[in-house]
Amino acid sequence: MARIRDDTGLNARQRFLRWLLEGDDALDQALADGLDAPPPRPLPSPRAVPVPAAPDPGQRRRERASRWLYVCIALLLCVGIMGILLRTAADLPAFGRADNPTNNEVPARYIEKGLQETGAVNIVAGMILDYRAFDTLGESNVLFVAACTVVILLRLQQGDGHRLPRSVAEELTWEPRHDVILQTMASLLVPLALMFGLYVVLNGHLSPGGGFSGGTVMGAALILYLAAFGFEKAERFFTFRTFRAVSVCALGFYALAKAYSFFTGANGLPSVFTPGTPGALFSAGLIPYLNIAVGLVVACTMYAFFTLFRKGDV
Amino acid sequence: MSLTNLEELTAIALFGIGFTLLLLDRNLIKKILGFSMTDSGIYLFLAARGYVAGRTAPIVTEGVQAVEAYVNPIPAGLVLTGIVVSVASTAVMLALTFRLYRSYHTLNLDEITNLAGKEAD
Repeated sequence: MARIRDDTGLNARQRFLRWLLEGDDALDQALADGLDAPPPRPLPSPRAVPVPAAPDPGQRRRERASRWLYVCIALLLCVGIMGILLRTAADLPAFGRADNPTNNEVPARYIEKGLQETGAVNIVAGMILDYRAFDTLGESNVLFVAACTVVILLRLQQGDGHRLPRSVAEELTWEPRHDVILQTMASLLVPLALMFGLYVVLNGHLSPGGGFSGGTVMGAALILYLAAFGFEKAERFFTFRTFRAVSVCALGFYALAKAYSFFTGANGLPSVFTPGTPGALFSAGLIPYLNIAVGLVVACTMYAFFTLFRKGDV
Repeated sequence: MSLTNLEELTAIALFGIGFTLLLLDRNLIKKILGFSMTDSGIYLFLAARGYVAGRTAPIVTEGVQAVEAYVNPIPAGLVLTGIVVSVASTAVMLALTFRLYRSYHTLNLDEITNLAGKEAD
């Protein structure tokens, strides 16, 4: 494999890693030049900070004393909390007993009536996507907001990436292009993993799994594809626009669907989505559709996290 | 007082190790690791509390809907929520650490505080 070497004797991957970890004034300057907005303040770097004179012994002693004090207080806190918690845990009702206070009427209700009320064979899926669906909407939103925060923190190219100097852009997207082992294994595994993820999502109300676990499997398959075949091919089907559109549509669908079910439920109206035949693929009311929405959000978010940390863009 | 709750005690030990790492280590990545360990301790604790000996996972099989057949489904749902939130918060923490490293070229919290203080002067 031909490798670009520059005068520092590092190959492209090492240079990219160095940029990733240490920043690069040339790249920061290029970014500042590439933006229409007034150039941001240059990133502070230790090179810019004047080397401080050796601190006087008194200050150093004070610093060491405050550090020592911090360690002592932290140790006391840790030991104290551990002691209290361990003592409490030792007094808890015994592990695995059926008459523990946690096994009260609430799980009994879910187990005895869940199948009739939600139509879901998987009691946990019926619980989180029907009885407690509002909570799961909040959960998906937490994931989406976290993805947005990571985008704000890590996204480099503000709309127009072409203004980056070519060498910089190449380094950002540096990747192994002809890794035969990786590509062969990926072409074997990616379809299987995607299919398995889809299976887990679609059968979330029938078997263990659901939107979150299946979405993670699908996200992992996308990440494997990207790692093996590179950004050019991955960007044919997944860009920042895809991420935005899929996430917003899925979350919007979730909110609308649950608003509908709250409205009908609170007013005693018949809902279009009936529990159906337990065990059928299209049963359990809204649960399969909500699982699909959650799975899409999770898959996109996992993939977006990876690409953001990898090259600073989706 | 009894020592029959080894699962819960293990969970609390895991929580304690993570919490100590969070407070005492100066490396930001290790602090995030410690935070994730406290999360894992809590999940293990919840899962252990929901377990009932001799019962199976809460998925209705062969039409059996007796309480005596299945373990408690509520901790499973709570752990699911927790895992998603911890993935989200870990991603945000890592992104912040990434930015801090690019600005200060170190992961040591003391050094970052020092450098930030000098900038403010």
